[in-house]
Amino acid sequence: MSKPIAITGGRVIDPAQGIDRLADVLLKDGVVQAVTDAPGNAPDGYEVIDATGLVVAPGFIDIHTHLREPGLEHKETIATGTRAAAAGGFTTICAMPNTEPNQDNASTVEWVLRTGREQGVVRVLAIGAVTLERAGKRLVEMAELADAGVIGFSDDGNPVADPNIMRQALTYSQVTGLPIINHCEEPSIAGAGQMQMGVIASHLGLAGVPSEAETVMVERDIALAELTGGRLHIAHLSTRRAVEAVRRAKERGLRVTAEATPHHVSITDAWVYGLGGATPDDGALSTVAYDTNTKVNPPLRTNDDVDAVVEGLADGTIDMIATDHAPHAATDKECTYQEAAHGISNIETAFGSCMVPVHAGTLSLEDLIERMTAAPARFLGRELGSLKPGLPADVVVLDPASEWTVDPSAFFSKGKNTPLAGTTLKGRVVTTLYAGEVVHEAGVAVE
Amino acid sequence: MSQRHDGLENQGRLIMSAEQLRRALVRISHEILERNERPVAIVGLHSRGVELARRIADLITSIEGVETDFGTLDPRLYRDDPDSASIKPVVPSEITFPVDGRPVVLVDDVLYTGRTIRAALDAIRDFGRPSSIQLAVLVDRGHRELPIRADYVGKNVPTAWGEEVRVMLEEVDGTDGVTLLRQSEATAYSLNPGGGQS
Amino acid sequence: MARTRAATTTPERPQGQSDNPENETVQAPPAPRRKPGQARPNQPPMFGGLSGSRRNVLDLDDFSKEEIEHILLSADGMNEVLSRDVRKTPTLRGKTILTLFFENSTRTRVSFEQAGKVLGADVINVSASASSVSKGESLLNTVRTLEAMKIDVLVMRHPHSGAPYFVASKIDAAVVNAGDGTHAHPTQSLLDLYTMRRHLGDIAGKKVTIIGDLHFSRVARSDVWGLRKMGAEVTVCGPPTLLPYGLRPGTEQDESAAFTGVKVVDRVEEALEGADVVMALRIQRERQDSGNLPDLREYSKLYGINSERLALASPGALLMHPGPMNEGIEISSDVAHGAQAVIEEQVSNGVAIRMAVLYMLCARSRGGE
Repeated sequence: MSKPIAITGGRVIDPAQGIDRLADVLLKDGVVQAVTDAPGNAPDGYEVIDATGLVVAPGFIDIHTHLREPGLEHKETIATGTRAAAAGGFTTICAMPNTEPNQDNASTVEWVLRTGREQGVVRVLAIGAVTLERAGKRLVEMAELADAGVIGFSDDGNPVADPNIMRQALTYSQVTGLPIINHCEEPSIAGAGQMQMGVIASHLGLAGVPSEAETVMVERDIALAELTGGRLHIAHLSTRRAVEAVRRAKERGLRVTAEATPHHVSITDAWVYGLGGATPDDGALSTVAYDTNTKVNPPLRTNDDVDAVVEGLADGTIDMIATDHAPHAATDKECTYQEAAHGISNIETAFGSCMVPVHAGTLSLEDLIERMTAAPARFLGRELGSLKPGLPADVVVLDPASEWTVDPSAFFSKGKNTPLAGTTLKGRVVTTLYAGEVVHEAGVAVE
Repeated sequence: MSQRHDGLENQGRLIMSAEQLRRALVRISHEILERNERPVAIVGLHSRGVELARRIADLITSIEGVETDFGTLDPRLYRDDPDSASIKPVVPSEITFPVDGRPVVLVDDVLYTGRTIRAALDAIRDFGRPSSIQLAVLVDRGHRELPIRADYVGKNVPTAWGEEVRVMLEEVDGTDGVTLLRQSEATAYSLNPGGGQS
Repeated sequence: MARTRAATTTPERPQGQSDNPENETVQAPPAPRRKPGQARPNQPPMFGGLSGSRRNVLDLDDFSKEEIEHILLSADGMNEVLSRDVRKTPTLRGKTILTLFFENSTRTRVSFEQAGKVLGADVINVSASASSVSKGESLLNTVRTLEAMKIDVLVMRHPHSGAPYFVASKIDAAVVNAGDGTHAHPTQSLLDLYTMRRHLGDIAGKKVTIIGDLHFSRVARSDVWGLRKMGAEVTVCGPPTLLPYGLRPGTEQDESAAFTGVKVVDRVEEALEGADVVMALRIQRERQDSGNLPDLREYSKLYGINSERLALASPGALLMHPGPMNEGIEISSDVAHGAQAVIEEQVSNGVAIRMAVLYMLCARSRGGE
């Protein structure tokens, strides 16, 4: 066990406890010892981490991460994915089941959890599939997977397209008390769409995905949740109409929760032009257009959708931020837009992206931290995401004002696929501690 | 049309006046007739060579009393040198008379490196096989890079590298004349020594 | 990759008649990859104002009116070469042009091949099938191999929109887009503009009507860019399921997007009234299979161009079609072969236009840098 640590002089924001004050955070034996009333009270013998001028918060929790292992190790491994998570300030991540083999059986789940314990730099939890091979036909053995330790069920990558299967899933999952996390995309409407349907897609000659592909299934799932009484969680909510549907559902007291990604709160379909969100003057495309790093599912949406998602986060309609970190190998993205794989490697830029609305004044820093700590912890039903004494010493030190340039070659993730390459973000993770150990320090190589 | 010069016609040194230019063309026309027994074809090289060739053809026609064959040639597609002239649109050549077995006189305004003429020689070959190809130029400014020489010269003007010879023609520029621009005066236009001159 | 030349100015000059050295402008390096919120720096057209510094021909959206004029003028010169007995010049001798077609197309490929050969270039034709090669990897590797072979111009046709942009960002050779997905087909549009000009003179102010499947038509998109630059008035008409997003009668299109400034009309009769040029687009069988249309019969009834409908256009209006035609569907046989049709001429003009394009691109690599 390492030395006790005192993180001193920072602004401690712990929404779960309603704390927002200058204080020291004391960590001992891998758990939080205390958050002092005022700074400057670090006991002797503590290793000091000076957080003056910085924000200290519970380590972030991500309930939507693609670790790609087993089977797709060329894109990411549990080791590299968790190291990347640490760099992003995340101390707990949840592995999505679209691996090879899928996490649709207990032994794969157990393997992932064990590998996470052995090789993971931070805490790894697992999500089970809803259906066998995520094919949308037969339910998995949910109780078995719950025993193995999954925190919920999702076919992510795929929607649960068949309404009856979704209905059965919402009903049957109540045996476990765990949520069904649905990737809401109606395949027959989405069709062969490559990006958000709209003027930009038309300009580029790319098939468009209408927003209704999401709305239609969100509304369906809300109705099914009401019918069945199951726990519904909407993955990567991204459109205005769908946010409104969830808001109405919550107003009616239904058991629906939702998440949003860092890219859906900060960038739009204009980024496909490759000009950092700008539209080309007089419409002329250049060779940076068709940036495959922007290809993601759900696609990057319109400005209005981004506004709606931010509003949803601000008023609590959307409960949490979840990255949907989707690393890919270079060959999966170095091709035509139509051939490119969907996904953005974003766990290391998540905080910076989420700070975009904070700096714009449309989301408060305290709310953002709540959405990244207390809210996912509630969702998981675990004692995490807070600096309450006795909880694991998972802490992140942040500099909300620090500007930095995104350099994917410096990512810990194997996935360098980000549209933010070369852009500047304002807000960075300075230090991450997991179970009382420093697992990431900005600018320092940590083993 | 003389607005093109932005007053530069007042700069540089006038090396051929309008009257001198016209006399030179008359002399060249007579020389062509003197040296060629068979009827010549006069072919002007784009772009100022065309107007000069037209005048020479008209002069020969009025001397002989017989219509002289006149054509135009854009040798740009036959150039082999990195050349800013190649960026102008290619213009259709017009050679509507037989070329085989008769003398052809190429006409251009300024003879310089000789590369335009070499390209024109290649181009003419694609139209036929003249009995001889001759060259008439208004000004020979020296600095040949190829073994090309003019048969008929309006005026020999020794020049330095950075200088530029400007030929003005009434049909195009509103006035006749040739000026020599020194380096500083030529700066406003181009420092490319091969530009626009053959 | 970045090339700079001293900035100079050139006064007004009569077209094509001057020996004055050309306008040379600074070519800025390619726009920095991404800077959010920062407006893109004002970049001069890549063609550099006729200085031969254009790197690629991917679409007409980045052509200035002057550049288009330049090509149309050169095409006249090229047509003269094509009319000679000896149809060969040494202009592109030693240059290698490679055609890489991932979609079948005899006419376009042959057109490019002839254009290159008349100008004396070596032309190599490579036919690849997008489905028979494993996705992604193969295009990138193919392109890298070509780069190593030192080709000068790559002419490519690919079923995915944006493919030539991807390729152009990876290789040094000039890329000419011979059609990418549903996005663009710039040389087709240039030959359309050239054909119009030969018959109608100045294109500015002329009424051009495009009928058909606009949503999936790369020819229509490039045509609209070209026509806008040249000042024509464009009207479009087609089945509602085949109109591009946002283009409904009465709606206004975003200034920077394709189809800006275009008038949308729902009835073909109204669209044809007073048109100087009628362009009928090809309607593909797939559209009835994918649910965009009930069938082709109804399409033909509502939108097909026949002699009765053509009579609504201006007297002497040109009838054009990018080919190949579905006679009896979007165009009736009698008008397709009638006096107003210039469809065959479009094809023959294609060689001259492609010669002009290749000449312009290769002049860059011969440039005095």
